[in-house]
Amino acid sequence: MFDGLDPVILARAQFAFTVSFHFIFPSFSIGLASYLAVLEGLWLRTGKQVYLDLFQYWLKIFAIAFGMGVVSGIVMSYEFGTNWSVFSTKAGPVIGPLMAYEVLTAFFLEAGFLGVMLFGRSKVGPRLHYVATCMVALGTLISATWIISVNSWMQTPTGFAINAKGQFVPAGSWLTIIFNPSFPFRLVHTVIASYLTTSLVVGAVGAWHLLRKREDLHARKMFSMAMWMAAIVAPIQIFAGDMHGLNTLEHQTPKVLAMEGHYEASPKGAPLILFGFPSNAEGRVNYKVEVPKLSSLILRHDLNAPLPGLKDYPRDRWPPVPIVFWSFRIMVGLGFAMLGLGLVSLLARVRKRLYEWTLLHRFAIVMGPTGFVAVIAGWVTTEVGRQPYTVYGHLLTAQSHSPLAAPAVAASLLAFVLVYFFVFGAGVFYIFRLMARTPVVGESEPTHDPARAAGITPAPAIDAESGGRG
Amino acid sequence: MWFDPDLTIIWAAIIAFAIFAYVVMDGFDLGIGILFPFFDVGEERDQAMNSIAPVWDGNETWLVLGGGGLLAAFPIAYGIILPATYPLMIAMLLGLVFRGVAFEFRWRDPSHRPLWDAAFTMGSLVATLAQGITLGALLQGIEVSNDAYAGGWLDWLSPFSLLTGVSLIIGYALLGATWLIWKTEGRAQEHAFRLSFRFGIAMLVAVAAVSAATPFLHYQYWRSWFALPGVFLTAQVPLLVLISAFLFFRCLRRRAERAPFLLALMLFLLGFAGLAISMYPYVVPDQITIWDAAAPHDSQLFMLVGTAVIIPVIIAYTVWAYWVFRGKVGTHGYH
Repeated sequence: MFDGLDPVILARAQFAFTVSFHFIFPSFSIGLASYLAVLEGLWLRTGKQVYLDLFQYWLKIFAIAFGMGVVSGIVMSYEFGTNWSVFSTKAGPVIGPLMAYEVLTAFFLEAGFLGVMLFGRSKVGPRLHYVATCMVALGTLISATWIISVNSWMQTPTGFAINAKGQFVPAGSWLTIIFNPSFPFRLVHTVIASYLTTSLVVGAVGAWHLLRKREDLHARKMFSMAMWMAAIVAPIQIFAGDMHGLNTLEHQTPKVLAMEGHYEASPKGAPLILFGFPSNAEGRVNYKVEVPKLSSLILRHDLNAPLPGLKDYPRDRWPPVPIVFWSFRIMVGLGFAMLGLGLVSLLARVRKRLYEWTLLHRFAIVMGPTGFVAVIAGWVTTEVGRQPYTVYGHLLTAQSHSPLAAPAVAASLLAFVLVYFFVFGAGVFYIFRLMARTPVVGESEPTHDPARAAGITPAPAIDAESGGRG
Repeated sequence: MWFDPDLTIIWAAIIAFAIFAYVVMDGFDLGIGILFPFFDVGEERDQAMNSIAPVWDGNETWLVLGGGGLLAAFPIAYGIILPATYPLMIAMLLGLVFRGVAFEFRWRDPSHRPLWDAAFTMGSLVATLAQGITLGALLQGIEVSNDAYAGGWLDWLSPFSLLTGVSLIIGYALLGATWLIWKTEGRAQEHAFRLSFRFGIAMLVAVAAVSAATPFLHYQYWRSWFALPGVFLTAQVPLLVLISAFLFFRCLRRRAERAPFLLALMLFLLGFAGLAISMYPYVVPDQITIWDAAAPHDSQLFMLVGTAVIIPVIIAYTVWAYWVFRGKVGTHGYH
């Protein structure tokens, strides 16, 4: 069984699947950790119960999302070795220390203070508890910084030499490696994406409860906070994305050409292809709808600026264009929809109908999950766009993999798919169940309450109670 | 030579420390997962779960540090050992997934609690078995050519590696049982005392079996243990094991609450020292020494600067977190 399959394709599928699934959770928990820190800070400053209630409400959801992020993240740190041992051996001296720093400065910080954040309010008092919350939030941001640095180095490697064993080794300053050319752009774009994703989720939950009960103070507060965030951050994100794109054009030109669908060079200004069906085999985009010269305007800020085409590069160095082309359009399209939501919410504020305008609430609910879709689409764009390399321009994916046995990789891929859909499906279901109940005054800590241990209370009563006590 | 041997030894020590920290810390909470079916549904299980809920995440982070540190400081070893134990690593990771989510899920979904309790136990068992077999696979040797793994995907499977797998299950269960003596009271504690006694005996049998088998795997192990004059030093290890075991059972009989856990840790530390004696200076037995596998001086130095500062800070706030949740767990969480 499985012997006829290409183990490298299987290993890539396995990595893509596990990393995509994994990133859903951090992209939410990075933003949510900061939101929790803001809520608790506001509560400490103003003393208003609503902030504490919202804090406790979202903390229960955070506990589940964070746990799933941890367990799916540990998988990643070992998959580098199981599936990509040649890459690990060769790039380890450069990326290994950065990942070790991620563990040392971020993971331990998060894990050390998470227990106190979740279960320790009554033990350490409000101020020290707030410190714990801030440490967890800080940990998520530090973690993002290191891992984005690693990823960016793979996209735009700098500051290295290659030794006799064929390993990438640091040459010169570590700052050159950490602050490689695409790192600042990617970091900003990723962290803002997390904030935006979280605000869309919070906004959707607030909107859902507003539709059920318009006067609900908790729902109003979270909806309003989320809509401010979306209105402010969505335009910033579009701007940051544009800057990131210009950076990519400079350092990874074929990736941008794939995103744009430019097979042919355009010496007199490139058109913006809105839609179409790219084909690497034919080397062109079929059935395309295009706006003349707009691509040059966006990428070069000049209508007539020339752009190269993929055909200026060797055929075996092209990324799989259709995937990159479409995932990019999904991301950008959703980004503009988010901007639309932010603008409509501002309009509603001006008309003083933020809590009454049900159409806006429905729009916000529809937009709730789009942050995740956009984040994954963005990562697909940048990672598939990096192909055929793992370390851009220096190490081919085809030369990075472990001595793989097809049966082992196929069986484990299957196991990952089954386990992830089952386990994380259950987790997402529990999160939805927590979101579906209205926040109440005096929300409890996510304390494990053995008063409702199995076998004592009949099941329906448990459900009702867990609604109240969480 | 462009690397500094001293740094390599320091890094070997740091990674050994991280792995040991992982084994004892995640060891007791995996052990509680293994013992879960022995506990009564209700109060006993809830106490056991609550005693580790605030700390398991931090405990597991040492595993990430062990893996990440190995990649950073000894990339060649990382690139050999992980492909050689591919199915074990995947099984361990999937086991940890089930174990990790069960902490939250069992409280969120009382009607399916038996399901998540079973997931907790199975996850803990699979992860532990995989770790134990990995240890055996490493000890028995890995086929290497040109700094890369050269064997098949089932080479790790042998009677010896299965023995180490089962032994680690016993060891973690012992850690879990003695931890519960410390953290619980009443009937749950009585139960933990009984379990500690049984797993204490099983642990001694396991240690004896693994110790007896190991020197016959490679001539190098035999030499490390029995060559003169080193034998005067290495002979202290089994001697100390016997003394610790004697004290362990005496403390159990006298109903000491903390000593059994600390003595179980002592047994693990001695076992770990024994491993170090067998392996050193190899990271892949008879094939790759720590110097062969070492990352360049620059990489090791860059990490060392941070590690020297950060590890003490980590230990400080880990101790603080344990301190916050000190005392008996009780039935309603820590009190």
